[in-house]
Amino acid sequence: MEKKNKAQSRRKFIRNGARLSLLLSLGAVSAAALRKVTTDGYVWQIDPFKCTQCGRCATECVMTPSAVKCIHAFDLCGYCDLCGGYLKPDANARSTAAENQLCPTAAIERKFIEEPYFEYHINEDLCIGCAKCVKGCTSFGNGSLHLQIMHHLCVNCNECSIARVCPSDAISRVQASEAYKVKGSWTNPT
Amino acid sequence: MNQKTNIESSYKLQANSHKPLVNSNLLSKMNTENWDCKLAVMKYAKFVLFTFAFFLSTFALSAQQQRFPKPEFDSGYTQPSPVTPEPRALALEYFDVLVLLLVLSAATYLALKSRSRQGILWLSIFTLAYFGFYRNGCICSIGSIQNMVLSFFDPGYSVSITTLLFFLLPLLFALFFGRVFCAGACPLGAIQDLVIMKPISLPKWLNKTLGLIPYIYLALAVLFAATGTDFIICRYDPFVGIFRMDAKFHMIVLGVAFLLMGMFVARPYCRFLCPYGVLLSWMSRFSKWHLAITPSKCIQCKLCTTSCPFDAIDFPTNEKEVVKSGLGPKRFVTYALIIPLWVALGVFVGNRSHTFLSKANPTVYLAELMISKPEIKDDLDNIDVQTFRASGESMDELVLEAEAIRDKFYTGSMIAGGFLGLVIGMTLLNTVVFRKRQDYEPHKGNCLSCARCVDYCPVEK
Repeated sequence: MEKKNKAQSRRKFIRNGARLSLLLSLGAVSAAALRKVTTDGYVWQIDPFKCTQCGRCATECVMTPSAVKCIHAFDLCGYCDLCGGYLKPDANARSTAAENQLCPTAAIERKFIEEPYFEYHINEDLCIGCAKCVKGCTSFGNGSLHLQIMHHLCVNCNECSIARVCPSDAISRVQASEAYKVKGSWTNPT
Repeated sequence: MNQKTNIESSYKLQANSHKPLVNSNLLSKMNTENWDCKLAVMKYAKFVLFTFAFFLSTFALSAQQQRFPKPEFDSGYTQPSPVTPEPRALALEYFDVLVLLLVLSAATYLALKSRSRQGILWLSIFTLAYFGFYRNGCICSIGSIQNMVLSFFDPGYSVSITTLLFFLLPLLFALFFGRVFCAGACPLGAIQDLVIMKPISLPKWLNKTLGLIPYIYLALAVLFAATGTDFIICRYDPFVGIFRMDAKFHMIVLGVAFLLMGMFVARPYCRFLCPYGVLLSWMSRFSKWHLAITPSKCIQCKLCTTSCPFDAIDFPTNEKEVVKSGLGPKRFVTYALIIPLWVALGVFVGNRSHTFLSKANPTVYLAELMISKPEIKDDLDNIDVQTFRASGESMDELVLEAEAIRDKFYTGSMIAGGFLGLVIGMTLLNTVVFRKRQDYEPHKGNCLSCARCVDYCPVEK
């Protein structure tokens, strides 16, 4: 009986020791992590100055349609009639006819303001984030159209599946308090 | 929302044009000239405009100046601002941690104190609804391993406090109360637990062998996270697509396959894949308190033996048989002695496979591709290659970068291999270790604290 008790207390001692060392290692791991922990959350965002408009945002997002949408920085827009983001380069006419539009889903709405200016507005429900207009606007215009991850649609995956395949590494984690990189109000650090 | 406070100095020209014309004669003159030019161009053919744009782009881009300055409107048009919806509030992220804490406490109470299978069942339904379908399976403790690893190896990344807590809390609970996280707080476990229909009992050797997969998965996940390559746990999470009701086709197929398999092999992901389960199992083995099948004393009625769908109940040891065979001590010594051999083999395999593993990294892959197939740089359909060429980065820089990553893989995969060798050696050693058991007890490492067995025990308190 005494022998059994001894064996049991030894086993208990070993178990307590193992538990303590596991606890200490957990403590060490969290202390190491705590040295540079942030209280702010992370979200994913596109740097419009790095983006090369490859079109993967439309296809690689885990959501369908993609949580990446085109955003219009009106501040930078020239309000041109002949818009490189709205019209196909080989468009027949400068009209709203579908055949002339660059956007595959007709998500860009064109509104006449005054001669010869037009406002371009993105219909977010239709936009699929294919960046065709962004390419047009960046190549031929001011670059006021650009892609951004819209955070009411993004499910904030632990690792963004678009970031994984982005050829220009334009998508990165940003602090949730500064969740957007809108051109104009946001400046490219040089 | 989108405040216009920080307009770049290069956009000052455009910012100034908001002011009345009288105030900035010079600027408006410049503007008018520009506009005349633009209007004339617009009036004629569009190819002229494109040429003009290209011409402008040579200097305009470098100067960060707008090609077409914003017009001044006479019709009193007010410019709208881009809509930027805020991300999920930080307070809600902290609320998630609170919910996790509450669910873990409830699971502990239900498994250890009130011993109620029904309670655990309702709790897992809540978890499935909240962490699964409402929170879309993200944030989860399983994936948080990678965030922790990345924060140790990437100086530019620091883990957020909510992720740290999601990583830590279930492990702490496991250290004191067993794997109550698996019982009630894990949405992946909950969805599998609910589809168990007719669980079959797997042979012991198969259970042990398949039980090695989580270690491999964990080692690879840590390796890939440490090298900044990929988060494979999240990428190949089979159920997250079901939670989101949206995923790539093959991931949905994988998720449904796991659920179908889970009807007969209970909780296949938890037992044979989950890398977080490895950590939980380590903690749970030494837990201070743990779910017990019987509330007081086992009467050896054997009613619980078939109750566990996870083969996690250890039977009393047949002492006579072990003593009779006489092989125990001999085998123990042999298996203990070959552990270093297993480790060495693991390191060797890791060493051999590091080149292959490093191809998962996009930088290494691109560098290899461009070296092995130089003609690919003329392939206009290859977006990665074309983007790299347009970026202006030289081939040497890319190769240097890829070599640095491959070096990391070299060390990392050898460590991972050594770890796996140790695990295999220890698993073998464990099969011959004789542990005296008189009662039917849950295996502390494998028991998921689901409390199914509790219902079968006829002993009253």
